[in-house]
Formats: sequence, structure tokens, C-alpha cells
Amino acid sequence: MKVLVAVKRVIDYNVKVRVKPDNSDVDLANVKMALNPFCEIAVEEAVRLKESGAASEVVVVSIGPKACQEQIRTALALGADRGIQIETEELPESLNVAKLLAKVVEEEQPGLVILGKQSIDADNNQTGQMLGALLNRPQGTFASEVKIDGDSVNVTREVDGGLQTLNLKLPAIVTTDLRLNEPRYAKLPDIMKAKRKPLDVKTPADLGVELKNHTRLLKVSAPAERQAGIRVASVDELIDKLKNEAKVL
Amino acid sequence: MAILIIAEHDNSTLKSATLNTVTAACQMGDELHLLVAGEGCAAVAEAAASVAGVSKVLLADNAAYGRQLAENLSLLIAELGKDYSHVVAPATTTGKNVMPRVAALLDVGQISDIIAVEAADTFQRPIYAGNAIATVQSLDSIKVITVRGTAFDAAASTGSSASVDSVSPAHDAGTSAFVSEEMAKSDRPELTAASVVVSGGRGLGNGENFALLESLADKLGGAVGASRAAVDAGFVPNDMQVGQTGKIVAPDIYFAVGISGAIQHLAGMKDSKVIVAINKDEEAPIFQVADYSLVADLFEAVPELESKL
Amino acid sequence: MRDSMEFDVVIVGAGPAGLSTACRLMQQAQEAEKELTVCVVEKGSEVGAHILSGAVFETRALDELFPNWKELGAPLNTAVTEDEVYLLKDAEKGTRIPNALVPKTMHNQGNYIISLGNLCRWLAEQAESLGVEVFPGFAASEILYNEDGSVKGIATGDMGVTADGEQGANYTPGMELHAKYTLFSEGCRGHLGKELIARYKLDSQSDCQHYGLGIKELWDIPAEQHQPGLVVHGTGWPLDKDTSGGFFLYHTDNNQVVVGQIVDLNYANPYLSPFDELQRLKHHPVLARHLQGGKRVSYGARAIAKGGYNSLPKMTFPGGLLVGCDAGTLNFSKIKGSHTAMKSGMLAAEAIFQALVNGDEGGNELVAYTDLFESSWLYDELFRSRNFGPAMHKLGHWLGGAFNYVDQNWFGGRIPVTLRDNHPDHEQLKPASSYQPIIYPKPDGKLSFDKLSSVFLSNTNHEEDQPCHLQLENADIPLQQNLVKFAEPAQRYCPAGVYEVIEEEEGERFQINAQNCLHCKTCDIKDPPQNITWVTPEGMGGPNYPNM
Repeated sequence: MKVLVAVKRVIDYNVKVRVKPDNSDVDLANVKMALNPFCEIAVEEAVRLKESGAASEVVVVSIGPKACQEQIRTALALGADRGIQIETEELPESLNVAKLLAKVVEEEQPGLVILGKQSIDADNNQTGQMLGALLNRPQGTFASEVKIDGDSVNVTREVDGGLQTLNLKLPAIVTTDLRLNEPRYAKLPDIMKAKRKPLDVKTPADLGVELKNHTRLLKVSAPAERQAGIRVASVDELIDKLKNEAKVL
Repeated sequence: MAILIIAEHDNSTLKSATLNTVTAACQMGDELHLLVAGEGCAAVAEAAASVAGVSKVLLADNAAYGRQLAENLSLLIAELGKDYSHVVAPATTTGKNVMPRVAALLDVGQISDIIAVEAADTFQRPIYAGNAIATVQSLDSIKVITVRGTAFDAAASTGSSASVDSVSPAHDAGTSAFVSEEMAKSDRPELTAASVVVSGGRGLGNGENFALLESLADKLGGAVGASRAAVDAGFVPNDMQVGQTGKIVAPDIYFAVGISGAIQHLAGMKDSKVIVAINKDEEAPIFQVADYSLVADLFEAVPELESKL
Repeated sequence: MRDSMEFDVVIVGAGPAGLSTACRLMQQAQEAEKELTVCVVEKGSEVGAHILSGAVFETRALDELFPNWKELGAPLNTAVTEDEVYLLKDAEKGTRIPNALVPKTMHNQGNYIISLGNLCRWLAEQAESLGVEVFPGFAASEILYNEDGSVKGIATGDMGVTADGEQGANYTPGMELHAKYTLFSEGCRGHLGKELIARYKLDSQSDCQHYGLGIKELWDIPAEQHQPGLVVHGTGWPLDKDTSGGFFLYHTDNNQVVVGQIVDLNYANPYLSPFDELQRLKHHPVLARHLQGGKRVSYGARAIAKGGYNSLPKMTFPGGLLVGCDAGTLNFSKIKGSHTAMKSGMLAAEAIFQALVNGDEGGNELVAYTDLFESSWLYDELFRSRNFGPAMHKLGHWLGGAFNYVDQNWFGGRIPVTLRDNHPDHEQLKPASSYQPIIYPKPDGKLSFDKLSSVFLSNTNHEEDQPCHLQLENADIPLQQNLVKFAEPAQRYCPAGVYEVIEEEEGERFQINAQNCLHCKTCDIKDPPQNITWVTPEGMGGPNYPNM
């Protein structure tokens, strides 16, 4: 079984984002970029499937400007076998990403597609599910455990209030949650080897997908800062305020 | 055109997240229809019919929807949704699971996790883990939206008497099946999901004193957290840490007890609805962000608070 | 067991010195059509993540390394248009010193205001396109030696070791990188450089090194206040007469200003807090008028080696070289170390390449480097500036400044005396009992800020579950000696709030918040009994500076 992993280049999770003074977007100039943490978990899961013999090949795909090849190389260093970059000038919206990935899936025919549940920049949490709908395949989102069982896969999902396990017929889509695994560190020789692993570059036109905007970004602003409230003189006053003013008790 | 709202429920009760979503939907248009899709969920439809602002309830009662499987539910919602201007669901794990499939089936984008409605087609939503707020306009004819419940008040659960119409289509994609579930049974809720969080800092002095916070949390049905300073001092384990390098929480009430309020801690709790700070140091930075500040010895104030609640 | 890899040259640290070495090596190899394997390891999460400098940049070395740097898109975007130098008398008053009276080395026509981090990012791209392997996120934690005592290479640190020293779930052993020649370019007070200097007694003929602590902030300012190319320097208030140092404020591009202060680490008052000195300094009208209405966007700190020529250790030893600020090639009279670091690296590349071309199998002491260095403009520049720092240390702002004016402007740095200062900075603290604690003003949240909100903007982080990288030789010293005698100055000299003395019911406790560390190395330098040793944490850890 082939496993396809989709990864995204995003701002490093350690970096505090800063909204541009003109409110047009956040400032990403010269900030550290990295593999989206959920995507890193997806790569790790795919590589573990290969190491366990459940998967035969791990193909990693990323969409965006040339710089995203860096993240594909990171995934290759972590153990993926080959990469595909779909070159676009900007980062397309989720539905466009899903359509591009659907075409790659048609070409590659993977048994399992693993994606991060969301990227830590746009926080949309959409692409995996959209891909599932476009391909009419089942999905196991927010996965904390993935077990291949013959021609199906059992996925344990982190849902509000607990865990839910589903059985999905393969081929299927899985999106990762944080507790699925702890990704390994890349080793130096693997980073060097990754530079020589195959990486194909395609365009949306090659795949026959026309990108279309579904939204327009009007403004990006910094969240409102909290203001100091009031001083209460006693516990009684505090309880009164919580009950009658804030109405949270 | 009307707005279709997807009800969150467990086949027996309507979940409160639905009510917050109704409030958000009210700001997008006037005519609100509520879809209750499940199995043996007539009681939910009945409850839904009385939610203020709802003019019609659609009931899809079928085994295929019993477990809210996204593959099946999305087919139903997409089919119904074609005739609506907006399809709206709570941004719960169920809504997040289903709605992007709906959007893809309708060939439209989705706007996730909105926190404000600026116009029928324009919304605010947090990006970068809430460190920036994007204002986004939808260009699609059908707007598929998920709503962050804590950003909207709950609509009244009574006051309306909408009609309940059964809808027939039964979609079973046949590709996924429910196996099991394991709901958290802990007496205390999980930190990131709790509606009340009581957190302690270095001011607690040692790990034993966290018992004070635990009993207050128990009384309020809340969880106990800690600042990094308290974790670094060895008072409590690291999985209780709230902050930049710990967990991010946004409960209805956050009690910061004996916490100075370094920015690294604020990063983990600033989205709480109400922040209460109890600290004996009048200058503690936590007071600059707290809604209610009590300058007091926590060893007296916390037991008093607990006894009087 | 650790695996090993072989290279011709291994370079430790992707700063201006290391990357210039790498580029120059490959340029020569290409010209000579020779195969050469060069690898650079960098502890930061990416190249530039740990780079912090003013910076006004002199292009001399870059002009030599890449004469076509403009075409290649080097990020030198803001030419200096004007120099202002101030002497601040108190919190309100400051006098601008006429340009004619400013030492010549402080004139900046022809220089550029840059982000050194961004220049390093660009240099790394050039290096990679020349065929260098650049590995960010890998910390060289250990020097490897051959049996004959020469340097064999380095080992990168183990990853995934828990705080207790156990192997965690994703434990990955470090890697040995063996090389014919290993070049150390860790920057000021590199922890491997420190070991080399001690092991090979590289400083036996030189004065002790002197340091300053530079703290820097990056600000967005209103467009109408922006004067791209303006360079402001000054000294005086708020530092007392026994403390030397100075401030800088540069207008870069994109409506941004960098502001910072260097405090010499030979200061005597244990109550001094360099961080708080900068915070109150920004309220001085000479600085505040540039910053008001602005928003601070980044913060960081780094020690600098400022001893110059007199303190420069021997830079060669069997199997390797010590270059840039790891040795101490900064020219303090210009407050510039980037062009000198680059040049020292380029000369090293020439010495190494010459040896390899001649069939050298490695492990030798590259004495040719010393000849190249001594006949270079770098040596000339450092020699001429040798008195600048000692004059300030020994004679104070006024007399020292006058001496430097005469020396630099009349004698061109060739005044026929050499001032020396051979007292290590860590021995200069006087007991707390001889001072009153300094009461610093509370930050206003507009121009001045508290320490932790500042550290927040450095984007620093370290994997939580790992051994503490700030090692105490004797865990009792902070409370039993430093607290008693010096009111534990680590609480104040550390610009990241790493060290705290916490009052508890049972008494005081010394806490190390290693996660906050900015890798500035001040603790390693200034701790009076030299009890703190800074070692490399897990690779990737530390600040993530953008545009610094």
C-alpha cells in the first residue's frame, strides 16, 4: 500500500506572529518557517506504517512557492521516499488544495492519505475532509491512533469529551491530532540523502485544476488586548459580581 | 433565502453549542431552519422547535445518521443545503468533521470558527492560534460556516414553536462504521475543555497547597491548572501547565491564584471569558488583565470563596 | 554508538565568520576545479535564528568575497546617510558632539544599516549554492581529538535526552563529524572555543578577553518619524561614571528602528541591571523622540568580545582554527565585528585550502594562517584600534574619549603607546555592601517593558524535557557565596530572567529558568567565581530572531 502525505510550510510554532502595521496580513518576512507540526506527525505516522510493513511507499506532496521544497526535503529526511511539489505563487485556499490533492491521488492511487488536521497559520481544519468528499472516501479526522486491519483501517479520534473509534474502508483519509505520535529527529546523513531523493514539480495546469478564490481577506488585526477590570474588596463582593454582573456562576 | 443550522446533539438532548450557533446565524439572516439529523432523535427535534428564533425544524431520523458519521451526514446536508444562503454548524469536533465535506460537495469554500458576524457575507475568525484576527468575505453563493460557541451568547431555549418537518433522504455511503467510544469519566474535566479553571502559581508555596485549589475546582466542576513557575518549582506536574509552553485554555471563568501573570502565562489563558485574580501583591501584572481583582492572602480568600459558593 | 561522517572541513557556527569561510573555501575549490566537502553545523533552528547585531556594516570583506553582492541580492538595503553622536548628561539633557570631534572610526559614510541575521541567511544561500552542506538545528556539543592531541572534529549533541539524563522516546544519538580541519566560529565566548583556548593555552601571550553585553530591540515606528539611514550613537547617562558602555539607534528600512545598548561587563556595581539600564535609557528625549508612538516587535541580547588586538588569542592549533568573535576579532573602536569576522574566516579558508591543495592530510597547525592574518588589512585595523577599549576602561568616558580622538584622528591609531587592561571582567564586581541597590523606574508599557515580556519577543524556546544547559560546578555557590557577597548578580545581569533567587518559607532557593535563555553567554562570562558553564542545549533550542 502506498501512503500519500500532504504537508504545509508554515511559520515556526515558536515564532510570535506580528500583524503588519497596515493590517493587510501578518508579517512573515525573514521569520523562521517550518513543517506544520500536525503535518510532521502525519509524516511520522506514514513512516511508521512503512517501517511496520503496512505501507510500501511514502509519497509526500506540498503546494506553494518553491520554498516549500524545504519542507518536502524535511519530510524526505524523516523517511518519506519521494516528493511532489505543486508550484503555485501563493498558498491556495483549502478547497483548491483539496482539488489539487485529489488529482494527485488519482495519479498515485494511495491506499491511505494522511494530512495534519489543520495548519497552525490559517487554522482552517478543512483540507482532509474536503479531499474525502471530492474522492468520496471515508475519513478519520483528529486521529490519535491508526491501525491498518486488512482492507480497512481503525482510527481512534479525539472528539469533544473523549475518544471515538471508527472503522474505515480503504482507501481512506486520515487527519492527525497531536497525540498520534511523537515525531523523530532527522539525522544528518538522512538530511544529506534527502537532497538526492526524487522530487517532481508540477503545476495546477499539469493537473488540470483551475484555482478559484472563494473568499477575500479584508483585514488582519491584532486581537483586542484585555483591559484591567475592577478591584473587589472582599470575597463576598467577588461572588456577587460573578453571579450578578458577569453571570458566570 | 433561509439559513440552515446543523443541530449538535446526542440523539436525546440538544447540545448548548447549538444555541450559540443560532445567535450567530440570527446575525446573518432572519429565517432560521434547524436540522436535527440522527437516530431516534425526535425529542431533540422537539426541543429544537422551541429555540427562540427558529422557524422550522427539519428532522432526519435514520440509522445512517445515528453516529453523526461525516460520510453520510455530509451527503444529507449538502443535498438540503443547496436551497439555503448559509449552512451553519457549531465548531465542535462534529461540526469540524462534517462541514468541510459539505462545502466540497457544494463546491464552495468554508469559513471556519467565526467569532463575529460583520455582514451576511463577512466574518471575523481567529488565525495563528488566536494571535491575529482575520476579517474574511465569502465570495460563494452558499456560505458554509462553523461557529465558535464561546464568542456568541446562547439563544433562549424556549420562546418559539416551530414546525417539525421530517426529511426523507437516507444517505449511507457505506464506507465508515462506528466501532466504539470512550468518554472521559474523570471527576474533574480535562483542563482544555473545562468551563472553570482554577490555576495556581508560585504563591501557593508548595504542591500540598494545591489541595486548596482542587477543592474549589471540585465545587465548581472545574479543572486545576498551574503557571510555569509552579511547575518549575516542582509543585505540580508539567501537564497542568497553562501558558505559552503549556496548554491553551479559554474557560468561562479562570481563577489565577497566586500567579504573577507573566506574558508567557497570559498567552495560555487570555481568551478566557472572565478572569479572576487573587494575589497579595498589589503590583502583580495579572491585575492588568483580570476582570475582577482581589488583593488578598490566598490562604484565607480561597477557603472563604469555596465555603460561600 | 555514534555514527560518523567525514568531511574535508567542518565549520562550527553559521555566522558571518563561518559562512564566509565556507563560501571562500568553495570558491577556491571551484577555481582550482577541486572536490572539497565542507559542512557547517549551526545550533539555531535556522541560519540567522541566533544572530544578533546592531548592525552598521562595513562592506570591505563582503566586497572581496562577493564583488557582485548587489546583483546577488545581498540584503544591504539602507545606506548610512547621517551620523549623530551624543553624550547624555542626565535623564533630560544630552549634547550632540560635533562630527569633527568624533573619533574617525565612528564615522559611517559608505556603510549600511543591516540585519546581520538576514545577511547570514543570504550567505548561507550562497554557501549552499556553492555546494556547502549547511545543517541548522545541530549543535556542536563536543570536540573530538586524535590520539596525537590534534582536533579530529566535533560531535553534535544527542537529541531526546530527558531532564534526568535518560534516553527519551525519540532519543537520537549525536553524530561525529570528522574533518581534516575543523573551524570554530561560534561567536563570542563559544563554549568549544573556550575549551580550545584553555586546552592549547591559546591566550598565553595575550591579555585576558573583555566583553560587553549588547541588548537590542527592533521597533516599528510611525512613518513620519522615519529617517532611513540615520545612525545615532551615544554614551553617558544612565550608566554611572564607573560603568562604560554606549547606545545605538539606527533607522533601517520598512519604518523600523533598532535601538540597543552595550554595557561593558567589567562593571563593578553588582546591583546594575543592563536590561533595566536600556529600559530607562529609552525614555531619554534623544532616544524617545525616535520611538514614541511606535511598537516594539523584537528583543534579544548577545555578549560581544571587545578586547581587540591586545586580547586576541593565538588562532591556530593542531587540526583547526579559531576565527571571528570566537577568537575576538571585533574592532571596538568602530563597534563593528562583522567585516572583521568575515575577513578572518576568508583568510582561514585560504590557509586551509592551500594546505589541502598541497596534499595536507589534516591535523596540522596551520601556521600559514598567522602569516596571512598579519599581512592583511584586518591585522592593521585591529592593531590601530588596540588602545580604544583600554583607554575607555582606564581613563573613563571623558579622558578615554579624548585619548581616542587624538589616537584615531591625529595618529591614525599608531600612537606609540599600548594601553593594557589585564583584569578579567568577572573579577571586577565589588561587594554589594559598598553600594545601595539601584531602584529602576517601573516600565510604562509604551517605551519600557518588563523582562519577561521582552524575552517573549525573542521567540526563544527550549525543548522542556532536557538536561539544564547552564551547569553549576558547585550548586551551593549561588546562595552561599554570590548571594551573600554580591546579592547574586545573575538575577540582574542575565537579560532573559534565567536566574532567580526565590524567597520561600524554608529560605531562599536558586532557580534556573533555562528555557528563557537567549544564548548571550553573559553568565558564563560574568559569574564572579566562574561557577556557571554554558553548554549547548539540544539543537533547535534558543531564540528565533527575525530581522535581528
